Amino acid sequence: MFQSLLKATGVHKSFAGVHALKGVDLDIRKGEIHCLAGENGCGKSTLIKIISGVYQPDAGTIEFDGKALARITPIDAIMLGIQVIYQDFSVFSNLTVMENLALNSELAQKRRLVNWKRMREIAREAVAKINFEVDLDAPVSSLSVAQKQMVAICRALMFNARLIIMDEPTTALTRKEVQALFDIILKLKAQGISILFVSHKLNEVFEISERFTIFRNGELVKTGETRELDSNKFTYYMTGREFAPQQFVPEQVSKEPLLEVRNLTAKGFFEDVSFALHAGEIVGVTGLLDSGRSELALALFGVRPADSGEIRLKGRKTDIRRPRDAVRGKLGLVPEDRLSEGLFLPRSIEDNLVIAEVDRLAGPLSVIDRTKRRDEIRRLVDEFKIATPDPKNACQTLSGGNQQRVVLGKWLACNLDVLVLSGPTVGVDIGSKHDIHEILQNLARGGMGILIISDDLPEILENCSRVLVLKSGRIRKEMDTRDADERLILSHMM
Amino acid sequence: MRQWLRRLTRRNEPYIFLVLLALCLLIEVRSGQFFTANNLVDIASAMVVPGLFALGIYMVIVSGGIDVSFPALASLTSYATTKYLLDAGYTGGIWLPMAMSLVMGAALGAVNGVFIGFFGLPAMIVTLGTSSVFKGLMQGALNSVQLAVIPEGMRQFGTDALFVATNPVSGLSSRMPVSFLIFAAVVLLVFFLMRYTYFGRGIYAMGGNEVSAHRAGFHTRRTKFFLYVIVGMIASAAGLIRTCMMQQNHPTNMLGMEMNIIAGVVLGGTAITGGAGSVTGCMLGTLLIVIVENSMILIGIPTVWKSVFVGALIVIGTGVSAMQVVRANRLAANRNLTQEAAKA
Repeated sequence: MFQSLLKATGVHKSFAGVHALKGVDLDIRKGEIHCLAGENGCGKSTLIKIISGVYQPDAGTIEFDGKALARITPIDAIMLGIQVIYQDFSVFSNLTVMENLALNSELAQKRRLVNWKRMREIAREAVAKINFEVDLDAPVSSLSVAQKQMVAICRALMFNARLIIMDEPTTALTRKEVQALFDIILKLKAQGISILFVSHKLNEVFEISERFTIFRNGELVKTGETRELDSNKFTYYMTGREFAPQQFVPEQVSKEPLLEVRNLTAKGFFEDVSFALHAGEIVGVTGLLDSGRSELALALFGVRPADSGEIRLKGRKTDIRRPRDAVRGKLGLVPEDRLSEGLFLPRSIEDNLVIAEVDRLAGPLSVIDRTKRRDEIRRLVDEFKIATPDPKNACQTLSGGNQQRVVLGKWLACNLDVLVLSGPTVGVDIGSKHDIHEILQNLARGGMGILIISDDLPEILENCSRVLVLKSGRIRKEMDTRDADERLILSHMM
Repeated sequence: MRQWLRRLTRRNEPYIFLVLLALCLLIEVRSGQFFTANNLVDIASAMVVPGLFALGIYMVIVSGGIDVSFPALASLTSYATTKYLLDAGYTGGIWLPMAMSLVMGAALGAVNGVFIGFFGLPAMIVTLGTSSVFKGLMQGALNSVQLAVIPEGMRQFGTDALFVATNPVSGLSSRMPVSFLIFAAVVLLVFFLMRYTYFGRGIYAMGGNEVSAHRAGFHTRRTKFFLYVIVGMIASAAGLIRTCMMQQNHPTNMLGMEMNIIAGVVLGGTAITGGAGSVTGCMLGTLLIVIVENSMILIGIPTVWKSVFVGALIVIGTGVSAMQVVRANRLAANRNLTQEAAKA
């Protein structure tokens, strides 16, 4: 008989009329790696917050180590040994690495006075556990995303944790870092710690977890052993739909390139990058996190202009120093971090959709024409199947996939020639991912040139006709995706 | 050592210190009167009240909040204390008036604290509202008029000197008020609170990310509540000290001070968005404002131009130091990247 560490039964939770959890169960055994999957908005984050004491359930019971938990606070949860690594890491970017690492444990011990020496000791011990090299006195704001996450992980590991919940921990990590994380997870399991791994990345679920639970729309769909699961079933449980992967085949590729890049260099990021993108094709750019792939996107869009080299749009040399120059040249960017770079989260979906084309909606005296605006919004919401009861709602009310559709919709409203997407489906669930791929493929068929910058190799292989592999800032290899597979691309990346 | 220097360039305080030094030297060169014993004592004495206010507002801004009600709060508590004790014919020492002010200050601060901390209302709106209410109570309910006489104990406290500094050339002398000790004590207290207690670290954490602070286990609501209580107490102490030092209570005299105080704090490197700032910076910024307000006369600039200088200083000073910090941070970021690239 297996022993349960955490057992949630019939948990209900509503927010202002929205029934987020409709009586779900979750059973995590001692020392197991359990995967919780589901599309965005399925209620998994809500359940995590209930387990960690941030929210109180409306109904249902939660047992931890055989004892029922009632009305616990975040501190109580930490004392019990429940640790959560949130998707946004919950780090304090204004404080130093040292303080970020030590704060939680000091607070958990109900200390009132700060002992900086002890803090340093704690922090040193914490980073030593996973051999994470970092300047303890650096402010966290100066770290990269991956480093921030390592801080969050170190912080969680230093408690005498019995259950560690990781909310989509691999989103911003490179393959190497994911592998390092998995090694750590296996080590923790060996120490008898249970891990709840929240993810919707199929390959990770198969690789790391022993059992799984899948939620859909606040209900439990399926729970069981991972080895009885296959990718079709997994997708079906998550979405309630069945998908067949659609390999993109370019139909009409133009002779003249839409976008031509010659010897583009941004010192310290990438060097001597040259390639061409034709109308009707989708080209992939891949590489490790530090390969310069993200910076290439920023340079093309003029956020961080290149130092030398030239960019030609439709054969004309274009000097892109600012995003405005790029938009004028009919080149758009869907940024890596859509939340901070691509959207005005607190503003309405409407405003976000039409922001890039306000000039076109303006009537006399530069006043926005309200009927034009309304029609345009209706068209875009329908075309991109943005799931919202009212486009006047704030953008932050949407799920990740729907937010990404808003970003896409915003650009497509501008009749672009070239669309550059950096990690277009990072943090997006399977259903939306599929829809976004479909949209991109249709756009290419419609004569747009699309550049996908991603480290999601299945995504690149499925959607691109060619792939460029970046390594340490230089193009190492250009391949036809028909002749490539994941292993081959990886061998050029590493 | 090099690392220490590098870290220093990423902070705001060295820049503000250089500006301050340059200003002092300029005044000294022009007038020869700046680094005289009596002028320095004058500045120290002029620093007491704004300095106290600045310490309070610094903590609030670091927490991600703002308080514009402190001059009204200080006016109300000092007026009420003075008026009540005058009517009662009080003749004792400073302790009772100080205790009364602090209790009232804590109570009024608690009003801010309840609305901001426990009801989660925006600090700007709440304190604008309470500021108006405090002013109204003072002028309406207490029927405030200028009090030309204050109780003997308070008068004594205001005139008592730690020491007297005399300028051998001009023969002018200045008294170092006893209240400077209170100011110095509060500086140390706030420094200790912000750096060596988890209450203070919670204020920084909240200013950085309130949701994360809650998740980490800080009692964010309680921390906010007590923060505004403490600020109320500091402000009321400052109000009473000002009354004592001026030897009279002018009820509207302090109103309108909030902007210069907040400006000094921000000038000293406290991020208006919260999460960053230091007592040192806060004191340097306030000192800069105090010197400009008090010493322009020494270089022959008419006092009517004072507000122009203060305003320009705030805009230029904040702009320059912000730019320096951004540049230093960018350099550091680039260095990190190249180091990583080298490793790879």
